[in-house]
Amino acid sequence: MLTTDILIEWLVKIGVVFFILMTAIAYVVLLERRLLGFIQMRLGPNRVGPFGLLQPLADGLKFLFKEDIVPLEADKALYVLAPMIALVPALMTISVIPFGDKIVILGREIALHITSVNVGLLVVFALTSLGVYGIALAGWSSNSKYSLMGGLRSSAQLISYELALSLSVVGVIIFSGSLDLVEVVKQQNSFWLGFIPKWNIFTQPIGFLIFLIAAIAETNRVPFDLPEAETELVAGFHTEYSSMKFAMFFIAEYANMVTASSMATLLFLGGWYGPFVDKFPLLGPIYFSLKILFFLFLYIWLRGTLPRFRYDQLMRFGWKFLIPVALANVVLVAGLALLIY
Amino acid sequence: MSELAKYNEVAEEFATEELVLNMGPQHPSTHGVLRVVLKLDGEIVTDLDCDIGYLHRGVEKICEHRTYAMIAPYFDRTDYVAAVSNGLCYVETVEKAMGIEVPPRAQYLRVALTELSRISSHLLWLGTHAMDVGAMTIFLWAFREREEILKIFENFFGARLTCHAFRIGGMSYDAYEGFEQEVKQFCDRFPTRLAEMEQMLNSNRIWLSRTVGVGIISAEDAIDLGLTGACLRGSGIEWDIRKAHPYECYSELEFDIPYGENGDTYDRYLVRMEEMRQARRIVIQTIDKLPTGAVTAARVPKVLKPPAGDYYHSNESPKGELGIYLVSDGSTQPVRLRIRPPCFVNLQALKKMCVGRLYADVVAVIGTLDIVLGEVDR
Repeated sequence: MLTTDILIEWLVKIGVVFFILMTAIAYVVLLERRLLGFIQMRLGPNRVGPFGLLQPLADGLKFLFKEDIVPLEADKALYVLAPMIALVPALMTISVIPFGDKIVILGREIALHITSVNVGLLVVFALTSLGVYGIALAGWSSNSKYSLMGGLRSSAQLISYELALSLSVVGVIIFSGSLDLVEVVKQQNSFWLGFIPKWNIFTQPIGFLIFLIAAIAETNRVPFDLPEAETELVAGFHTEYSSMKFAMFFIAEYANMVTASSMATLLFLGGWYGPFVDKFPLLGPIYFSLKILFFLFLYIWLRGTLPRFRYDQLMRFGWKFLIPVALANVVLVAGLALLIY
Repeated sequence: MSELAKYNEVAEEFATEELVLNMGPQHPSTHGVLRVVLKLDGEIVTDLDCDIGYLHRGVEKICEHRTYAMIAPYFDRTDYVAAVSNGLCYVETVEKAMGIEVPPRAQYLRVALTELSRISSHLLWLGTHAMDVGAMTIFLWAFREREEILKIFENFFGARLTCHAFRIGGMSYDAYEGFEQEVKQFCDRFPTRLAEMEQMLNSNRIWLSRTVGVGIISAEDAIDLGLTGACLRGSGIEWDIRKAHPYECYSELEFDIPYGENGDTYDRYLVRMEEMRQARRIVIQTIDKLPTGAVTAARVPKVLKPPAGDYYHSNESPKGELGIYLVSDGSTQPVRLRIRPPCFVNLQALKKMCVGRLYADVVAVIGTLDIVLGEVDR
C-alpha cells in the first residue's frame, strides 16, 4: 500500500540521489580537467576556490549566462527537445541502480536504491538506448552538416555497440539467474577459498572487457568519440548548441559515464560488497563509489592516452571483433556455469 | 507497371546526393585558414578542392617596393612557425647575389639556430598532427618542449614567433652569454622527452591504424607534384638540400637524412621524428665546434645593390625546399622577388592523397603535409 511515509521516503531518496548525482557529475568534470592537466604536465583549473573546487559552480554560472542560440534554419521544436531527450533518460537510469544494502535510519529499514525492478538490467539498457535519439535528433534538427554527420555516426555507433554490450551481459545473467540488479550483486557476495571474492570479473574476464569497451563506445568517449570528434566535425552533434542546451548534452554525457561505471561495478565488481560490509552496511555506498571512481578514472586516463578511431575501423572493430568474441563468450560462460553450479 | 519502372520509382524516392562540406576556413584542424570543399558520399570523400588565399598579404609585391635590408623581416612572417630558417633563406639569397662571404662563427650560429627552429617547427607539427588524429596529450607535451626552444629564441632574438637576428652579411649580434649552456641543456633533455612521445604513439594500435597506409603518395607522384621535405623523403627519395647543395657550414657537419619507404602518413611521421634527432645532433656539433671571431662580414656595403641579373637560392626549411628567385636590375630594390613556398607545393598532394578515402583521413593528411597557411598564401 502506498502510504504517506513510503511516499516521503521515495521523494527524499529521489532528492538525495539526484543531488548526489548532479554533484558527482559536476565534480567528475573537474576531476577530468585536473587529471588531464596532470597527465599533460599542466595545472588544470585551480583558481576558483581551493584546488579549483568551486570551478563547477563557475562553469554552471557561465552556462546559464551564455546566449542561447537557435540557428535560423533549424527545426526549432526538435532542436529544443533534443537535449531534453538526451538528458532525461540519462538521469532516469540512476533510479534502478542499487548502491548499497538495506540500512537502518531512525528505526526504519531503508533499501539503498530508489526503486527495485525485477528487470532492472533491461530498464537500464532501454533508457540508455533512448538517449541516442537525443543525439541523432540534435544532429538532424540543427540543420548543419557537421551536426548531421555527428548524429549519423552516433546512431550507427550506438546500434553496433549495443549488441556487443547486451551480449557481454548475458554471461552475468546466466550466473545470477535474474535481471534484478540487487540479485545480480547478491549473487557475488561470497568467497572462493575464503578470500577471493566471487565477483563476476574473475569468472568472465572476457565479458568484462567487452562490456567495458562497449560501454565506452556507448558513452561516446575517447577513443570512440566520433560523434563529437572535434578535429573532424568541429563539435559533432552539438556544434550549433550553446548555453544550457549544450550543458544538458554535457551533463547527459557525464551521467551516462556514471551509469556505465556503476553498471560495470554492479555486474562485474560485486557492487557495494567489500570488507566488513556485513557488519557496517554504511560502508556499502562508499565501496560502491570507490569502484565507480576507478572506472571514471579509467575513462579519463584513456582520454589522455588514446587517439580516435576512424569510422570504418570503429564499425569493423564492433561487428567483426567484439560481437563474435561476445558470442563465443556466451557459450564459454554457459559451459562454465554448468561446471560450477 | 513493369519491374524497371517500379525500380526507377523507388530509386527516385530514395535518391541520394553528395554532401558538399565546407571544411574551413574556420575549422579546428585545417591549421589556419585553409578552406577545403569536400564532396562526401557518406563518410567517403569523392572529390575535394582547396581554396586558399585567406591569409594573402602580398609579400612578394611588397618586396618590390622595399630596399634589400627592409625586406628581411617579411620573411619571418611567411612561415611563422619556422621564422628562423625562412629569414636565413632570404639573407643567403642576397649574399649569393652580392658574393658576400659570411664569417665562420656566424655560419655556425646560423646553423645552430636554424636547426633549433627545425626542431620547434617539427614539434608543433607533431603536436597538431597527433591532436588531429585525437591524441591530445602529445599536443601539450610537444608544446612543453617547444617552449624550451622558444625561451632560447627569446633570449637571442627578443622574440618568440617572428625571430629575426640574421642580417645580410652575418648576424645582427653575437650569441648572448650562456647561450651555449642553454642549448646544451636542451639537447641533453630532448632525447628522453622525444622517446616519451614516441612511446605514446609508436606502439599504439589506434595510432598505427590511423596512420599506416593513409595518404599514400608514390615516389613518382611525389616528384611529379614537386613535393619536398619530409613529404618527399617519406616516399623513399633521399633529397635534402642540406646534403645536395650544402649551404652555410652543413658540409662540415655529420648528419644523416632519414627517409621512408611506403610514402604513407606513418612513414612521414617517422621521418620527421628522426629529423628532430638529427637536428639535435647538428646543434650539438655546431655548439662544440663554434669558432671565435666576428659575426659580420667585413665588407658589406651600406647600400645593398646586387648586380643586375637573376638569382635562385633554396634551402631546406622544416617544411621542404624553400626557394627564392630574385631579379635585380642593380638598384636598391628588387625588380621581382618570387618565393617558392614548400607548403604551397606540398598542399597540392592533398587531393591525390584523400580522394576515395574517409573523411577522417583528410584531417590526418592535412596534418601530415605540415602546412602553414602564412606560407601557402604569402
